[in-house]
Amino acid sequence: MDIVIIGLLLGGTYALMAMGLQLQYGVARIMNLANGEILIAGAFSTFWFYASTKASPLFALLLVAPAAFVLNWAIYRTLIFPLVRRAKSQGKLEVDSILATFGISFIAVGILLAIFGGEYLDYSYLAQPIFIFGERYGLNRVVAFLGSAVLCAGLYLWLHKTRAGLALRAVSVSPSSAALVSINVARASALAFALGGAVTAVGGGLLSMFLTFDVSLGVVFTLKALVIVILGGVGDIRGTIVASFILGFAETAVASLIDPGLTLAAAYILFMLVLLVRPEGLFGRRTA
Amino acid sequence: MNAIEIPQVARARAGITGRERRNLLIAALIFIVAGFVPLILGGYALQLAISITMYTALATSWLLFSGPTNYIALSTAAFFGIGMYTAAGGIDLVPYPLLIVAAGLGGAALAAIVGLATLRVSGVYFVIFSLGLAELVRQIMTWLQHVLGTMSGLYVTIERDEPEYYWQLLALTAAVFLVGWWIGRSRLGFALRIIGNDEVVAVHCGINTARAKVILFVISSMFAAVAGALVAPRWGYVEPVVAFSPFVSFQVVIMALLGGTHRLWGPLVGAIPFVLVWELIAINFPNQTTLLLGVCFLLIVYVIPNGIVGLIEDAMNRRAKLGGSAPGPLQRVLDASTASVRNILQRRKSHNV
Repeated sequence: MDIVIIGLLLGGTYALMAMGLQLQYGVARIMNLANGEILIAGAFSTFWFYASTKASPLFALLLVAPAAFVLNWAIYRTLIFPLVRRAKSQGKLEVDSILATFGISFIAVGILLAIFGGEYLDYSYLAQPIFIFGERYGLNRVVAFLGSAVLCAGLYLWLHKTRAGLALRAVSVSPSSAALVSINVARASALAFALGGAVTAVGGGLLSMFLTFDVSLGVVFTLKALVIVILGGVGDIRGTIVASFILGFAETAVASLIDPGLTLAAAYILFMLVLLVRPEGLFGRRTA
Repeated sequence: MNAIEIPQVARARAGITGRERRNLLIAALIFIVAGFVPLILGGYALQLAISITMYTALATSWLLFSGPTNYIALSTAAFFGIGMYTAAGGIDLVPYPLLIVAAGLGGAALAAIVGLATLRVSGVYFVIFSLGLAELVRQIMTWLQHVLGTMSGLYVTIERDEPEYYWQLLALTAAVFLVGWWIGRSRLGFALRIIGNDEVVAVHCGINTARAKVILFVISSMFAAVAGALVAPRWGYVEPVVAFSPFVSFQVVIMALLGGTHRLWGPLVGAIPFVLVWELIAINFPNQTTLLLGVCFLLIVYVIPNGIVGLIEDAMNRRAKLGGSAPGPLQRVLDASTASVRNILQRRKSHNV
């Protein structure tokens, strides 16, 4: 029972960070290997805000989200867009964007190291217990889960009920056809990339309420988000959410039954299974 | 379509051409000259030479797979670390030369598993998998040591002096080059270049793409593992965090890209300046290495996408007034055959066959 609930809470919080990557990869078609560093930056900013003001970290997210949005928009316009324009094919763009974002991730690690140093950072917020079915759980986990759930629902509604969301989904299905119905693909991609970055950073802020972070963890979170997106199917929000819960359960189960150091191995086993059994993901469409 | 010339391929079947013999001779001479380096250089300069040789071997073996296929492998650190651990773990039980073989086999086995799982589907999945492989192996190693109750680090103590390391790594580099040259003129190498050009076309040509990719990935990773086993005693003390540091993968990719990924000697051209510049950076800005490494990386991707070799070749072409890059005979055959198969496919599609 413990595993189920902790897995549920963890998976729900993962859902938000994976949604961010889903927007960047599914819509803007950029495999962003710097995603984890954005998440760490969000977590660190939240930490710094809490340490200096003592106000609730939830307020920090109000600042983190727009800052991350602007930062990611700038990254897309200055660094990624030239690659999109120069690419002769989708394959070439994929290689270029992987290399570029890999470089960006190292720069981000360097900057974060310079600002915050290499130590583990954590803070204690809402560290009181809450009882669910007679068992004790950290209130901070529950709050993070609720925050993530609210934002995920909002994002889902925005994507499915508004015109801008429709445009983004159209680009995710086919950029060239979207251009034919007078959607500004370049702008939609930039928006998706920036929004994805903002969502990831907020996800980092929520995770920082109950996890301990250090700079080198970025790559691990990038991998977790990637595994979730692939497991759920590229371009499918429902899949992402379901896959987040699966990963949350798998990690919690491995951590509590075998060893807490093996969480990445759990993610990798899931990854292997998906690749062997259903490479297009749970909800993905099989591309010809 | 009948006018496609196939001189190079036809002759490759028959044997080694005069030009190839000349290139082989030049390469052999360079290696012999390089073999005398420890007699002239010593101390710090020799350490740099060792580092250059090691990275040349690693980057060239990376290129064997990633160059022709355009699949960016970020897993060098995983195989390098496995090599180190094999050497460190068995040093008291097995003679050292056997351990080097074991390291190669271990690396090859892991590469085969990873390759079989990830290389049958789209390239991006392979990149992602390779990105986390070092971290995954590190976690498993740490866990195993925890379960087995051994120390987290291992000592590798055998007596060796610097020239020996240099010569061993030089021999490894020579082996990588020889294998790379051999693959380049074999059917396997030809198949890989077609895969890199257009994978769909390759499948329609009857190439077993998954098999070709897995074989090359295994060869490439094996060399990385052997390199790890060779340098392990030089480090003396091996522990998971150091052995599986993702920096190695990153540097190897940078050097290969800096040199140029479309020539076998590209990584050599990249490794020499990079190791020297990196040494300066590491001495002068020890706290900003990660940041500067990222900046170098972006500069290479944006400013010189074809590497130093690409710049040299462009300059030479311009001097020869050829205008643009002139493809060699093999490349011409490749482009022509790719284009013709693509045509057939398109025609079929438009007729809805």
